[in-house]
Amino acid sequence: MPGPAITPELLVAMSPELLLAVGAMVLLMVGAFSREGALGIVTGGAIALIVTAAALVLITPGGEPQTYFGGSIVIDDFARFMKTLTLIGSLAAIVMSIDWMRTARLEAFEYPVLIVLATLGMLIMVSAGDLIALYMGLELQSLALYVVAAIQRDSSRSTEAGLKYFALGALSSGMLLYGCSLIYGFTGTVELEAIANIVGREGASLGLIFGLVFLVAGLAFKVSAVPFHMWTPDVYEGAPTPVAAFFAAAPKVAAMAIFVRTLISGFPTITPEWQQIIIFVSVASMLLGAFAAIGQRNIKRLMAYSSIGHMGFALVGLAAGSEAGVRGVIIYMTLYLFMTIGAFACILAMRRNEAAVEDIEDLSGLSRTNPAMAFVLAMLLFSLAGIPPLAGFFAKFYVFLAAVEAELYPLAVIGVLASVVGAYYYLRIVKLMYFDEPAPAFDRMSRELATVLGISGFVTILFFAFPWPIIQAASAAAKSLF
Amino acid sequence: MALAAAFFYLFAGIVVASAFMVIAAKNPVHSVLWLILAFFNAAGLFLLLGAEFLAMILVVVYVGAVAVLFLFVVMMLDVDFAELRQGFLSYLPVGAVIGAVLLVELLLVLTTGLFAPESTAVAQVPIPDDVSNTEAIGQLLYTRYVLFFQLAGMVLLLAMVGAIVLTLRHKAGVKRQDIGAQVARDPATAIEVRKVESGKGI
Repeated sequence: MPGPAITPELLVAMSPELLLAVGAMVLLMVGAFSREGALGIVTGGAIALIVTAAALVLITPGGEPQTYFGGSIVIDDFARFMKTLTLIGSLAAIVMSIDWMRTARLEAFEYPVLIVLATLGMLIMVSAGDLIALYMGLELQSLALYVVAAIQRDSSRSTEAGLKYFALGALSSGMLLYGCSLIYGFTGTVELEAIANIVGREGASLGLIFGLVFLVAGLAFKVSAVPFHMWTPDVYEGAPTPVAAFFAAAPKVAAMAIFVRTLISGFPTITPEWQQIIIFVSVASMLLGAFAAIGQRNIKRLMAYSSIGHMGFALVGLAAGSEAGVRGVIIYMTLYLFMTIGAFACILAMRRNEAAVEDIEDLSGLSRTNPAMAFVLAMLLFSLAGIPPLAGFFAKFYVFLAAVEAELYPLAVIGVLASVVGAYYYLRIVKLMYFDEPAPAFDRMSRELATVLGISGFVTILFFAFPWPIIQAASAAAKSLF
Repeated sequence: MALAAAFFYLFAGIVVASAFMVIAAKNPVHSVLWLILAFFNAAGLFLLLGAEFLAMILVVVYVGAVAVLFLFVVMMLDVDFAELRQGFLSYLPVGAVIGAVLLVELLLVLTTGLFAPESTAVAQVPIPDDVSNTEAIGQLLYTRYVLFFQLAGMVLLLAMVGAIVLTLRHKAGVKRQDIGAQVARDPATAIEVRKVESGKGI
């Protein structure tokens, strides 16, 4: 029984993944065998790897979806778009960690290697065409995330964050795997296409729905949607800030991508069955994100609740279950990625006398001590709140548009109300920065952080002027799933 | 056939007897050794069934890794087994319920054919004559599922890196074994001859 041959097409299609896997091992060797200053070399190497992988993803021609390894890996426009986003998120996470590593005196050259391995897992996840590839990618990513959450070993909060994330993550992986095994048991296949065919022909049995619920629960944990969000605030607060920035960006994009792909290409004929779950999860996330963030004093916790809320908004698009809805999710995740990275670059720049400060009050009067940073942060916060003409408004616009087109009026109304409530806590920070008595100035922002902040501010502010490249790419990506 | 039956009863008898000894032995190290005997004989049972791959895996993984790990735990941690056994009676009802549930589940699995007659037909996958177990697994694992095989390798590598990152500490001033230095020692550098005056120490 000959299997699939290793063809040149296969190698080209898998080149980003192969590059990351081999590159991570090479970097590990470099780090282990060089005695001093390994961190700089490994960080540079990891950045080069991720940039090259992104270039490889971008130069592969689009068009008809291709499947490899007997359907386990699907390369289509959706996968290419989400892979690019994921790689951007990982790149930003490594760049933002450079300065922090220097000041925290953490000589852990494994950090960039772990990020590269996590990225490899995310790329596999994004183009997973069957449940095994989904699970393997998810585990590779999660395992790396557990370790980086606890990478600051001397800090008990970091260790606690890692342990908490590990315990809850293992539980969610168990649920996901249980769901997968039930789906396999009731359909006899793990391939999403084949599952869709069987479900379309025979309808959904009770056991399949049961499995689907567990699968959705496991995936909802990974995107930190209510009611599987409990870990998020603690992990964001406890983990080192660059790690929290990484958690908020790339893994969310990858998990949302596989969430969309699993439901849209695996279960398209039973949309009403999963739609009600997604609507519930989405409404609960939006409301919790809006109300629970109000009382927060720590800006990392606030960002955690904010990310829960944003996942709720993105899921509105998935709940619509239509091509427009998927396009909305893609645009939302793109703009969310840039806004979140920018916001975390500002949080990383909150340092006084070489020590990080994390209270919202520390931002008081920032407009007088550092007007440029205050302006960009204010724009990012307005954008996160969804105020036109900034990027966040368009993100929300496209998901709500899809919800209205799918006649989910109550969902759209609740979403708009939740974003009004959410605007309160974003605007409170803007008020602190512009109208309160100045707190002592922060240290000078490092060049890497300023670059990341500049790019994210640029995208956020000027998206309304040139939206078409992103919207067209997102439309093509959404189209490839249907 | 008679020979196979004889070996079956031999292996099965030893498995049951050594499994009983695992819980009956007073010394925990003896328990683990009995467990290893049980594993070996279970591997023999698999061989009789024609599942040579499972038999080898059982020996390699369970005897080679798991049982050795048990031995390490038992020998290195000071677990007071007498103390552990103290609450035996108070835990007995819970244990009995769990045991009963397990027994019912096992019986249900064995009697599937009675409840759903069509399931026995599904379970009877034809066994090809020309391909052995190991060959069949290898043919799939390294071709159709090569991606997952390699990914599993990456996951294991990551687990190893993670364990080292989180636990390895380079402390200054710790005396470590330096094999090179030990091998390089010779009588000229290792022995110092001194003249000791009588009535005095060095």
